[in-house]
Amino acid sequence: MEKIMPAKDRLLKSGKNGLGNEMRGKVLVILCAVIMISVTISITIFLGTKGLQSFIKNGVSPIEFITSTKWNPTNKANPEYGAFPFIFGSFAVTFLSALVAAPLGIGAAIFMTEIAPSWGKKILQPVIELLVGIPSVVYGFIGLSVLVPFIRENIGGLGFSLLAGTIVLSIMILPTITSIATDAMSSLPKSLREGSYALGATRWQTIRKVLIPAGLPTLLTAVILGMARAFGEALAVQMVIGNVRDLPSSFLDASATLTTIITLNMGHTTYGSVENNTLWSMGLILLIMSFVFIILIRYFSSRRKMQ
Amino acid sequence: MSENILQVRNLEIYYGDKRAVNGISMDVEKNAITALIGPSGCGKSTFLRTINRMNDLIPGARAEGEIIYEDLNLLSDQMNVVALRKEIGMVFQKPNPFPKSIYDNITHALKYNRIKKKSQLDEIVEESLRKAALWDEVKDRLHKSALSLSGGQQQRLCIARTIAMKPTVVLLDEPSSALDPISNAKVEELIIELKKEYSIIIVTHNMGQASRISDKTAFFLSGDLMEYDVTEKIFTNPSNQKTEEYISGRFG
Repeated sequence: MEKIMPAKDRLLKSGKNGLGNEMRGKVLVILCAVIMISVTISITIFLGTKGLQSFIKNGVSPIEFITSTKWNPTNKANPEYGAFPFIFGSFAVTFLSALVAAPLGIGAAIFMTEIAPSWGKKILQPVIELLVGIPSVVYGFIGLSVLVPFIRENIGGLGFSLLAGTIVLSIMILPTITSIATDAMSSLPKSLREGSYALGATRWQTIRKVLIPAGLPTLLTAVILGMARAFGEALAVQMVIGNVRDLPSSFLDASATLTTIITLNMGHTTYGSVENNTLWSMGLILLIMSFVFIILIRYFSSRRKMQ
Repeated sequence: MSENILQVRNLEIYYGDKRAVNGISMDVEKNAITALIGPSGCGKSTFLRTINRMNDLIPGARAEGEIIYEDLNLLSDQMNVVALRKEIGMVFQKPNPFPKSIYDNITHALKYNRIKKKSQLDEIVEESLRKAALWDEVKDRLHKSALSLSGGQQQRLCIARTIAMKPTVVLLDEPSSALDPISNAKVEELIIELKKEYSIIIVTHNMGQASRISDKTAFFLSGDLMEYDVTEKIFTNPSNQKTEEYISGRFG
């Protein structure tokens, strides 16, 4: 027969049935959270101090850095640190690719949720998952060997261009936008659709006048997450954009982005040199932009909750 | 002799292979309130949703037989369901205003009908809100979100939105079951007011509501129309044993 434990062992917090396990679990998850937070804070502090050094220690004018189009850090006599062409390149590929991918992604999401919810989802869902799974170097490689020659032969220019970068990025951010937009559309209550149909709206009127406006905050979040991915993507863009220092004057001109300049130059610049420090400043700009994207997403999701 | 707005003949409704309504026939009187009662799953909501073809939206749903409205069979493939739903409007159990302003909720569907003039829209908004007994409560905040209204106000807004289309028939699917008693009373008052201009069919689980507001009552059970008669007769002297058991709360 089983021995019955005394009540103080069975019922008190300090007893054998006590909350020791509970405590261990709590400590474990708190530790995970603390590590996560401290890593983020450390990166921010590190990037902040490194990124500001070029301005504080090396005396590079922040205004020149952001606005000047002359980038010539290796000129001994008169080095120039104008990163505007790269900032411009980053924003250009980001907005252009969002411009291409947003309508495509939202359209595909509407197709899946409103037009063909049964078979549309069955086909498109795996396609999207596959697109997410392809590594960016493969996108870049395909862009380099198919897209770049195609543009060179059929449209003009060198092929390495803002256009090539935009197309590659559009395809890369399409699954992000589509999957979040699909969630946005399918989470809209059925009663909204019924309300609209019962008033004699056609399917298209229901989609355009009721469902898209109601889902707009989340749809915008989808687009911004796509843009954040485009802004930060380095490898695939670098392989097709041409990486030149000059401001592009057309879609077909080669260009560069903040990320491509950092990846190209971080290997051959000396740690602590002015040029290396300016790369950190570019990294800081990337970090600031991702904060901006996060703030925008927060703003849109708070608007969604208000509804 | 009163005029009929709808004549239902041998109506059968299926979901896939499953039959939900078994060949019912009944006439729906014009400018009257017809209540459909019966336990859950008896086919009354399915019947209601078939009248303006809302059931078309459910995959696998189909209907056979006839619902005659102005000499046309509403179940015909030739029917333009979009135009039909403007004449036979519907209000749902859960208030479902669009996440837009009160004003836009009413004008929303009017714009589909190419009514664009501001003065005309203003006029219809006021008229429909007055008819829905909501005007005095919202006239100062027409451009506030409809979602800021209480549940009862939202439901009256949905009714206003429906009558703004100038329908002939209004279908109400348990319109006040999600509301508190006071809002419920207001909606009932409103429905009685509305029958002067519209023919109303209401599905309700509330026996009190059916007896208070309706002129005729149809009792459904397992897809059959068990009894259809003047409301007073149904509630005081039903001819069917099952009807009596249901209204006295012995099952359902």
